[in-house]
Amino acid sequence: MSVDKDTVRHIARLARLALPEEKLAPLAGELNGIFNWVEMLNEVNVEGVPAMSSVVAQKLKWREDKVTDGGDADALMQNAPEHEGSFFVVPKVVE
Amino acid sequence: MSPTVFTLAEARDALKSKKISSKELTGAFVKAVEDARALNAYVTETPEKALAMAAASDARLAKGEGGALEGVPLAIKDLFCTKGVRTTAGSKILGNFVPPYESTVTQNLWNAGAVMLGKTNMDEFAMGSSNETSAHGPVFNPWRARNSNANLVPGGSSGGSSAAVAADLCLAATGTDTGGSIRQPAAVSGIVGLKPTYGRCSRWGIVAFASSLDQAGPMTRTVRDAAIMLTSMAGMDPKDSTSMDVPVPDYEKQLEGGIKGLKVGIPKEYRMDGAPPEIAALWDKGAAWLKAQGAEIVEVSLPHTKYALPTYYIVAPAEASSNLARYDGVRYGHRAKNARDITDLYEKSRAEGFGPEVQRRILIGTYVLSAGYYDAYYARAQKLRTLIARDFTEAYQKCDVLLTPATPGPAFAVGDKSDDPVAMYLNDVFTVTVNLAGLPGLAVPAGLTESGLPLGLQLIGKAFDEGTVLRAGLAIEQAAGFSHKPANWWRAA
Repeated sequence: MSVDKDTVRHIARLARLALPEEKLAPLAGELNGIFNWVEMLNEVNVEGVPAMSSVVAQKLKWREDKVTDGGDADALMQNAPEHEGSFFVVPKVVE
Repeated sequence: MSPTVFTLAEARDALKSKKISSKELTGAFVKAVEDARALNAYVTETPEKALAMAAASDARLAKGEGGALEGVPLAIKDLFCTKGVRTTAGSKILGNFVPPYESTVTQNLWNAGAVMLGKTNMDEFAMGSSNETSAHGPVFNPWRARNSNANLVPGGSSGGSSAAVAADLCLAATGTDTGGSIRQPAAVSGIVGLKPTYGRCSRWGIVAFASSLDQAGPMTRTVRDAAIMLTSMAGMDPKDSTSMDVPVPDYEKQLEGGIKGLKVGIPKEYRMDGAPPEIAALWDKGAAWLKAQGAEIVEVSLPHTKYALPTYYIVAPAEASSNLARYDGVRYGHRAKNARDITDLYEKSRAEGFGPEVQRRILIGTYVLSAGYYDAYYARAQKLRTLIARDFTEAYQKCDVLLTPATPGPAFAVGDKSDDPVAMYLNDVFTVTVNLAGLPGLAVPAGLTESGLPLGLQLIGKAFDEGTVLRAGLAIEQAAGFSHKPANWWRAA
């Protein structure tokens, strides 16, 4: 499998990264270098091997479904690049 | 003698017996940190906070009170959220983010009485092995090769922490390790670094990179110091559902007892073609040291070792691309100006805020998770991960702990490997398997290269068996008698 400029443009879009046109080809080259190296995983027969879902065997813990924190909008707003009262400001979304 | 050369254990004892006050000790470190800005180890210094915490510690010590780390000055990797103190994760995208909350691990340290000197530099979002991807610029290793003025990297991603410990700019530091980010910088900086078992320390409040691999741990001057610090850092946390409800022993006590009869496995696959002969020689020496103290050396096999790095470079970027989706320029951090619409705002903020290595990994992760490629890459990598973890389970049928090199070589020059991602990734070849299997790993300084640079050995244990790992590490430390210090070339005139 080989990654071309169009693929890089597509995944950059999925990842919400604005990439200038001139960066697409060099990135495709770098990614191909990495994916060619990763190809060695195809040597291994993984038939019947379960995918790892949890690295340390553990039972998921249960807890009561109740609010334990929150209710402090001011603290949350302190780091907002742009806000009005307790609302985050974004460019217009709905026409 | 400056008190900055104390080990953490010595400082703790001197504080308890009132041979020194925390104010005095902390003051000496504040000065040392100021004088060492040429290393770029700290990105935020918090001298006022440090001295206030020291004064509070002195008040408790005067009353005969105080925790296990009372009055002990530490450095904190800038990946840990610290309430009211800027936390950047080494990235521009977090801007001047000031967390309104404290990470559980750092809170545990403050509860034990520790003092914060500041936040240490790191590779951006912990993605790197040289500290060169930091938005704050590279850190320089306090160590230089004999008769050379070339600046070397301190390893990464916890490079600011390793440099700070090595240059006596703190008694100890926190690090995080996703593929080797505690052990690799520790090894190339001549200090001790411990990555605990996955789930041993809470991840809550640590900026996430790859959640199934990330783990916090201590970076210290001695194995004893690592044991002391881990005892305070570890524990179950209701805020991290992957932190394990396993009692935290007194790891310092577990250092006692020696290693007579301990079975030490030597994984044959770690003898890599093309590795410098110095690495193999040190490894053989380490095995001989353990044997001389009564351990039994057994050869074991970890057949999937060579697949660990490529597996990691699918799993970690996949998780990173998901975790880093939260940086949107809306709720915190960097926001691009003049965005046309909401998508443009996301795309521009992220392109301006993330550095090249982080962007590369986001793209890899997005690709391997995207429709049509998921099974070929991500699903296959997760199966390889099962096989890699099984290798360890099988090896532990024959031994209690594994001994390996910590890194494929000593610290390299700044700029040497930054153009070749795969060459850079290979720095973690001996450490990354441990993260994939969720096990504890310890790097211990064990010798110098011919050119005078530190090298480390790694001990790998069974899950939640940090005690054995530390005890074997102590045996290496005592036999190696590593007491070398870098020459102080960085002090401000």
